[in-house]
Amino acid sequence: MSYLFTLALQPRMFLMKSIRALRKPIALPASRASLLVLLLLGLFASGCGRREPYRTPDGRVIVTYWEKWTGFEADAMQEIIDDFNASQDRILVQMLSTSQIDQKVLLATAGGNPPDLAGLWSVQVNIFSEKNALTPLDRRLEEAGISESDYLPVYWDLCRHRGFTWALPSTPATLALHWNKDLFREAGLPPDQPPRSIAELDEMAERLTLVELRRDGQPVQVPYSELTPAEKEAKTFRIVRMGFLPNEPGWWSTMWGYWFGAELLEDEETISALTPENIAAFEWMQSYAEKYGVDNIRRFGSTFGNFASPQNPFLGGTLAMVLQGVWMFNFIDRYAPTLDWGAAPFPSVDPEALPDVTLAESDVLVIPRGARHPDEAFEFMLYVNSPGPMERLNIGQRKFSPLARTSASFEDEHPNPNIAVFRDLAAGPGVRTAPQTTVWSEYNTELAVAVDRVYSLIATPQEALRQAQDRAQWKMDRVSRRWHHVGDARLQQWSEYADAR
Amino acid sequence: MLTRGERRNLAVGLCFISPWIVGFLMLTVYPVAASLYFSFCDYDVLSPPLWVGALNYTDMATDTVFWKSLWNTLRFAAMALPLGMILSLLVAVLLNQAVAGRSIFRTIYFLPSLIPLVASVMIWLWIFNGSFGLLNYALSFLGIEGPNWLADPSWTMPSLVIMSFWGIGNTVVIYLAALQDVPRHLYESADLDGASAFAKLRHITIPLISPVIYFNLIMGIIGSLQVFVQPYIMMPGGGPDQAALFYAVYLFENAFTYLNMGYASAMAWVLFAIILALTLFATRLSRRHVYYAGE
Repeated sequence: MSYLFTLALQPRMFLMKSIRALRKPIALPASRASLLVLLLLGLFASGCGRREPYRTPDGRVIVTYWEKWTGFEADAMQEIIDDFNASQDRILVQMLSTSQIDQKVLLATAGGNPPDLAGLWSVQVNIFSEKNALTPLDRRLEEAGISESDYLPVYWDLCRHRGFTWALPSTPATLALHWNKDLFREAGLPPDQPPRSIAELDEMAERLTLVELRRDGQPVQVPYSELTPAEKEAKTFRIVRMGFLPNEPGWWSTMWGYWFGAELLEDEETISALTPENIAAFEWMQSYAEKYGVDNIRRFGSTFGNFASPQNPFLGGTLAMVLQGVWMFNFIDRYAPTLDWGAAPFPSVDPEALPDVTLAESDVLVIPRGARHPDEAFEFMLYVNSPGPMERLNIGQRKFSPLARTSASFEDEHPNPNIAVFRDLAAGPGVRTAPQTTVWSEYNTELAVAVDRVYSLIATPQEALRQAQDRAQWKMDRVSRRWHHVGDARLQQWSEYADAR
Repeated sequence: MLTRGERRNLAVGLCFISPWIVGFLMLTVYPVAASLYFSFCDYDVLSPPLWVGALNYTDMATDTVFWKSLWNTLRFAAMALPLGMILSLLVAVLLNQAVAGRSIFRTIYFLPSLIPLVASVMIWLWIFNGSFGLLNYALSFLGIEGPNWLADPSWTMPSLVIMSFWGIGNTVVIYLAALQDVPRHLYESADLDGASAFAKLRHITIPLISPVIYFNLIMGIIGSLQVFVQPYIMMPGGGPDQAALFYAVYLFENAFTYLNMGYASAMAWVLFAIILALTLFATRLSRRHVYYAGE
C-alpha cells in the first residue's frame, strides 16, 4: 500500500498549490474538480489501514477467518466458532467463506492486509511458507504444550516445512477404494470382497465392464470378459459401464506410482519420476487405454456429468470401482442415497510388501504473515484442535479426527459406516503424501501431461516420464537456486519470528 | 515561455485531467515499467525480487512448453484470423443486401458477441460434447460420426477455431458501417458497364473498404495472439497433450499458479515484441493495398 500512498501524496500537494494559484472567476469549478480528485485520492488512501486491533463496541478483538468451505462444511465450522465465541468474552471469530482462497490469501498477504486465520490445503503449506506468507507456530505450540505425539504422524508432518511448523490440521482425509456392491452382485462377484491386488482389480474390472456391440447384426450387451479375442482386438464396441478407470476422477493420477512402490522425490532437490516403479504404474494406466480403446474410453468419459451430481459415474452406477476420499460419503448420501457401497484400502501391486497404501491430505489452519491478531487467532486454532471441538467439527463434516486419540464413541456417532477404514489407513503403514516440495504444483502438472500422453497412447511411459523428469528437475533447480540465495537469511528470519512474541 | 494566464490555464487543465493522469501513472505506467524490471528478476510476489539478469529470457529459449504454447497460438491465429475475416466480410456483405427483415438478421448475427464469454464457452462445451453434443448430433444426419472434439488432441484446435467464429459480430458491424460508406454512384456506373456482382465486390467494394479490412486485421492479430478465456475455461492445463495450451494461458499459469512472476513478465514482453513485429509487418504489407480516399 505504501507506494500507492507516496504516489498519491505528490499530486495532492501539487493540487493544493494550484488551487491557491487560481483566481476568483474560475475558482469555483476548479475547486469542485479538485474536490473530486481529493475524494478519489482519499479512496486510495483509505485502503492503507493502521495496525490497530479491530474490536467490537464492547472491546472484543475481532479475528477474521477466511475459509474455503460452504454449505454443510461451513455450517459445521460455524457451530464450533459459535461455541468458542460464547465460551469467552475477549475474542470474536468471524468466518468468511471465500472461493479461490489460496490466491486471495496470497494476494492479501502480499498486499499487507491478510486475514488473521485462513483455511488452506496441506499441499500449500510448503509453498506458502517458503514464500514467506505464513507465521511459524513453533514457539506458540511449545508454550501450549502441543507436539507431534498429539496427532496422527502424517498430519503433523503435512504441517511442517524446513524444520518449522506452519499450520495445524482441521479436517483430514485419506483415499480408499469405493465399490458398488450391486454391480458386483450383477457380475457374479462376491459383493463383500473387494480386490486385494492390482491384478485382481484388473480382472474384476473386466467382468464388471459392460460393452454394447453388434453380433449377427443385432445389438447386444455383454461383459468385456466374455468378448471373443477377435472382438477384443477389433474394439468396435461402445462402453456402457466400466469396472474401473485409472483416470476417473483423475485427481491423483499423477501419484499412482505410490501403489507400485514408487518414490516421487529422491531428496529435497532431486525429482525421481523416471523410476522402474513409476514406469510400472504408467504402464498399468496405459494398459487400460490399450485394452478398452482410447476413443471408446473418451466417448464413455464424455457421458459423465459434474462430479457433484447424480450423473457422477460412480453415483450413477456406470463405474463400479473408484479411488475416492473420505468426503465421497457426503455425495453418496446426497445424490445416490440407495447406493449399496463399501470402502476398503485401494489394492497395491503387491499387497504383502505394500499394504494399505493411501494418500493423506488435510485442510489446515494457518496464520498468514502480517496478520493483525496472531495471538487471538492461535487461541482459536488451539480451541479447534482440542479433542471435543475437533471431533464435533469432523463429525459435522463427516471426516475423521487427525488427533492421535479419539473418543470411544466417535465412530459409533459417525454417520459414515466406513469411517474406520479411512482413519485406519491414515494411521497405517502405507500412508503417503503428495511430494513435500515447493515445486509440487509444477511437478504435478508435468506428471499430468505425462499421464495424458500415456493414456492417449501418444507416448510410451518411458518417453513421457523422461520429459516430466527433465522439466520438473529444471523447475526444481530454479527453486533450489533461489533457496541457495535466500535460504540462510530466511531460516534466520523464521527462527526470530518463531521466537518473538 | 508561458504567460501567467497560460500557466494558470495549464494548471487548471491539468487539474481537470488529474484523475486520469493519476490513474494512468499508477495503473498503467507503473505496472508496465515494473513488469519490465521483474522480467529480469526471480520474483514470486511475496518476497523481494532477486536480480537474475537475462536468465528468464534464456530459460524461455529452452522451455519446450513455451515453444509449444507459442506454436499453438500462432497456429490458432493463422487459422482463425483469415477465416474469421473472410467470414465476417461475407456476412457483412449479405447483411448489406436489401432483403426483408434485414435488421432482424443483423441483430441475430450481432447477438452472440453480447453474451459474456464465459457463459458462451459453457454452452460450447456442451455443443462439442462427444456423446451428447449438438454438433455431433447434426453431423449424424449427414451420416458422419463426429469426433470427440475436446478430448482428442487433433480436434481441440479446430474446435477453438470454430468457436471463434461465434464472436464475429463486432467485426461484422465495423464492416457494415464501411460498406454503407461506399458511394452508390460507383455501383451504378459499374452496372451500366455490365459488371457482375463479383466484379463489383472485387473492384469497388474491397478497395474502398480496405482501410477497415486493415484495421480489422491489426485488431485480429492482437486479439488472436492474446486469446485466453476460451482455452482457459474449456481446456484447463492446455487440454489433451497440451494441444490447446495458449501463450496467454501458459503466461497466466506461470504468474498466478506457480508464482513465477519474473518468468511471466518476461513472457509478456516477448509477446509484446511478437505482436509489435507482426503489426509492423502487416503495416508494411498493407501500404500498397490500402486505399485512403483523401490521398
